[in-house]
Amino acid sequence: MPSFVKNPKDFLAGLLFIVVSAMFAFGDVDLPIGTAFRMGPGYFPMILCIILAALGIAIMTNGIRVEGEAIKNFTWRGLLNIVLPIVFFGATLRGLGFVFALGITVFAVSTASLHFHWRTALINTVTLVFFGWLIFIWGLGLPIQVWGPWVGGY
Amino acid sequence: MSFNVLTNLGMGFEQALSLLNLFYCFLGVLLGTLVGVLPGLGPVATIAMLLPITFQLPPTSALIMLAGIYYGAQYGGSTTAILINLPGESSSVVTAIDGYKLARQGRAGFALFTAAIGSFFAGTVATFLIAGFAPPLAAVALSFGPAEYFSLMVLGLAASVALAHGSLIKAVAMVILGLLLGTIGQDLYTGTPRFTFGMTELADGLEFIALVMGLFGIGEIIRNLEDESERNVFAQKVASLIPSWAEFKSTIKPILRGTSLGTFLGILPGGGAMLSSFAAYSLEKRIAKDPSRFGKGAIEGVAAPEAANNAGAQTSFIPMLTLGIPSNPVMALMIGAMIIQGIQPGPNVITEKPELFWGLIASMWVGNVMLLVLNLPMIGMWVKFLTVPYHVLFPGIIAVCCIGVYSVSNNAFDVYTMAFFGVVGYVLVKLDCEPAPMILGFVIGKMLEEYLRRAMLLSRGDPLVFFQRPISAVLLILAIAALVLVLIPSVSKKREEAFRE
Repeated sequence: MPSFVKNPKDFLAGLLFIVVSAMFAFGDVDLPIGTAFRMGPGYFPMILCIILAALGIAIMTNGIRVEGEAIKNFTWRGLLNIVLPIVFFGATLRGLGFVFALGITVFAVSTASLHFHWRTALINTVTLVFFGWLIFIWGLGLPIQVWGPWVGGY
Repeated sequence: MSFNVLTNLGMGFEQALSLLNLFYCFLGVLLGTLVGVLPGLGPVATIAMLLPITFQLPPTSALIMLAGIYYGAQYGGSTTAILINLPGESSSVVTAIDGYKLARQGRAGFALFTAAIGSFFAGTVATFLIAGFAPPLAAVALSFGPAEYFSLMVLGLAASVALAHGSLIKAVAMVILGLLLGTIGQDLYTGTPRFTFGMTELADGLEFIALVMGLFGIGEIIRNLEDESERNVFAQKVASLIPSWAEFKSTIKPILRGTSLGTFLGILPGGGAMLSSFAAYSLEKRIAKDPSRFGKGAIEGVAAPEAANNAGAQTSFIPMLTLGIPSNPVMALMIGAMIIQGIQPGPNVITEKPELFWGLIASMWVGNVMLLVLNLPMIGMWVKFLTVPYHVLFPGIIAVCCIGVYSVSNNAFDVYTMAFFGVVGYVLVKLDCEPAPMILGFVIGKMLEEYLRRAMLLSRGDPLVFFQRPISAVLLILAIAALVLVLIPSVSKKREEAFRE
């Protein structure tokens, strides 16, 4: 963080709001704005973008002017070990089927904890896959294949 | 309370006491108690996980179950707070202060009993209050035009900002961000796709369930993994639950005060369980003869907040049921559940779906009775659940989130959306931005835009219409007053103190 930033939380939050507002403003240019009488699809979002950008600038300025505490304990390990397996689940559920997609996902997210131990994680995985199947597929009848085509299912 | 209300309540009890609904009510409060007891899993994430499953249920049963999770969590949260000094639920934060001290003095039974009785009493009062107040309020709302609705929603959002903790300006920005995310998808009037950035999956907008699960489920798990210090279960045997008469008498007044405060704060937009419990605790401390007892095991510090959070949890259904406006994220999910079932939330629900409306209200009282039974004699079982370590628990939560969000429309895109908002939720919390106002903005966004556009059409583009119609003007002035009030230095200092306690 550059030295002129006194409150990194405010500075980054402000920046985030500005970036999001810019993204939406970029998407808004193609939409008809209309008039206050007959508002087009772009009118309401345009107002929101302007307000959000203004607030973002105010919050960011605050982050330069007023002293505040730094961001503590940000856990990359937790973040990546949780989010990537979830993406994996979405990407492979159709191909691998319920058992392998969920099993691998559950085992992988278990590594996010500092208390990870392969034996507990494996037992946990087997239990969760079994009960997941029991409740969601056998019980509630969700249309998810148990074994996908990649592992010899049909 | 009129005769009419009683006949209607009778019909409601007929609904609530049917075998099917009794079962779902029981399931709801059981799950609610469980997630309330377990720290790190709250009612918002749980209700979001179960929403997709309620597709298959009849509407009344679905809402009865989901409501049970919410007020059941208020009961469960106090158990964890008292026994291990760790609030199972954000609304039990203040209960932990004095409740845990009582437990260490060997009076855990007394504290648990007071919490349960207080919650039960408050729940009963709140049930009858909803029955009495909701119908007239809905009748008033029927005369509302687009301008009034617009102003009402602005008031709701303003109040949720004023009552959120942390920086006011960030909370406003979060509401706007939520509104903006709500505009993704087809435009209501012209069908033009907006902000889909070329992704066809976004044509119907962001999936609400994926958004909530990401922000409150996944984001919360990542945050919990920051600090994995072991929790200590205060594994002392919970001796006699029933207090002496003198002890019991000392809890009556705090319970009454907590109930009234919680009932009132629950109705306010932006209110609900958490705010009520905080306010009740500071009230007790202020009026106590000897405030120094607080923090050292004062029973008032358990009785009042626990009554207040249950009352607040239940009365926060009033704006949702009568106006179709959510006052907190849980109510936003309830509205989502209604829409899934094909019910348009709003003042018409009472007249068009009386069995749903009255059945839900009656089920709250039935649920409170069940909770009393679940919590007092079975407290030992709940304590056992606390020994499940978090690193065993969280993969299960993720598994249910993944399956649940996929099953909404059998679509992997919703899973990616959830993962994305998990990251967003974590980052926002790290930047001290509360996600709750954003969820409200997201839910209200489409309605807000629709009413704005309709009101402007009717007024031929004159924005003064919002101030020319008396009800609308009053609502907008209240909204401005709520925001200005928080900005006044002395009030804002008090607000910070209240949230820090």
